[in-house]
Amino acid sequence: MDKVVDLQIWQMAAAYVFVLLLLFIVRRRGINREKEIIISTFRMTIQLILTGYILVYLFEKPNPFFTILVILIMEIFSIYNIIKRVKEKLSSRLKKIIAFSMIIGTTTSLLFFILIVVNVSPWYDPRYFIPIAGMLIGNAMTGISLGVTKLIDGMYAQRNLIETSLMLGATPEASCKPVVDGAFDSAILPTINSMVGMGIVFLPGMMTGQILSGTSPVTAIEYQIAIMLGILGSVALTVILFVQLGYKTFFNSESQLVFADK
Amino acid sequence: MFFIKNVRYKSILDIENLIIPDHKITCIVGESGSGKTTLLKLFNKMISSDGGEILYNEQSLANINAITLRRKVVMLSQNPSIFKGSIRDNLLIGLKFAEKSLAADDKLYEILKMVHLNKGLDEDTENMSGGEKQRLALGRVLLLDPECFLLDEPSSALDEDTEHLIIEKIVQYSKANNKTLIMVTHSKKAADTFADYIVEMRNGRVISQREV
Repeated sequence: MDKVVDLQIWQMAAAYVFVLLLLFIVRRRGINREKEIIISTFRMTIQLILTGYILVYLFEKPNPFFTILVILIMEIFSIYNIIKRVKEKLSSRLKKIIAFSMIIGTTTSLLFFILIVVNVSPWYDPRYFIPIAGMLIGNAMTGISLGVTKLIDGMYAQRNLIETSLMLGATPEASCKPVVDGAFDSAILPTINSMVGMGIVFLPGMMTGQILSGTSPVTAIEYQIAIMLGILGSVALTVILFVQLGYKTFFNSESQLVFADK
Repeated sequence: MFFIKNVRYKSILDIENLIIPDHKITCIVGESGSGKTTLLKLFNKMISSDGGEILYNEQSLANINAITLRRKVVMLSQNPSIFKGSIRDNLLIGLKFAEKSLAADDKLYEILKMVHLNKGLDEDTENMSGGEKQRLALGRVLLLDPECFLLDEPSSALDEDTEHLIIEKIVQYSKANNKTLIMVTHSKKAADTFADYIVEMRNGRVISQREV
């Protein structure tokens, strides 16, 4: 296998030409986005450099405590991101359920993936644990964000239907089933769709990275298939936990609809 | 049957004393905004009062499970939703929600006849008019055969003749089957014709209750 081409500083710098191109276009067209482009490029660069050094450190001194700490930071960041990203006002009960579903859903699928599918030894080997956790958590975050939006929108839009059902003697669960199912479906659909185009429309990032670093495409594909299934499981588990618990926050103990804060 | 004492709900309702008799037709009348719908929702715990007590069959509502109560005291709102699917789906969904055994087609046609809906069970509900949907929703409630019906303006989308016909049918059914019927209506005429008991409301208070 050929040795990987290590990028020189000037080569890295050359890649920033693309940013200059974008800046040129927006300035020329009078689109007011220069500040965001510069800030995001800057942040991306700094964050990745820092991450790189942190990963080097973690990989050299594998330690279960540090691995868990990194996962914890990822979880906190993703939960914060979901809550920030969703435009609807969230009740504190719903926020707790988002956090609970993220933590339980992703750690369950992560542990299964690490211990059973890849069978890493030691289990906390950061070289495996951290990137895999990042992919499972990141995708679960996108899925659950969609699920939250769809659940809340659905509860408001279908309020009359839910009330009609309750008046007919339905349990809260039965009255919300269409909304809950709809939210779950739209949350997992992007993951399902991305599997359809995989390998044909695009080569996924992880696989591309492995191939560039000299791994045989066959090995890269094995990993990619496994991680894709892991992502599917992580998204499904997280979102089903969220919707199954989340709809309950719209009811009080008397099975009455409560729309707090709105 | 229903007994209300010192019940308040937000700034909408303030009722000192109200008795709704058993196995009778009670009409609740009053201007819009007088709290009629809110009162109806209190009866099957779609909402709970902020104070006071409501008794159903001498038992405090606070001690009755909301879902159990709603299966005995079924409410039809003013704008009931119709579910996607056929007329049959819509009639049966109430029984499914209430976890009762499903009815055969003969029974469903009988109900459609009662609400003057001359349609097939497999017809889609999408193209039905507002009045037809209202009658279908009424049929769905009748099929549940509860102890007590709470009907909120069950005929608001109907013309006067159909309205009279439908209310007459519900009243006959209730009397024949010994049901309690509590109906909010804007029509004083309907109340005078059919009610055994009339409750009049204004500004969230009961201003009169009397037997007819």
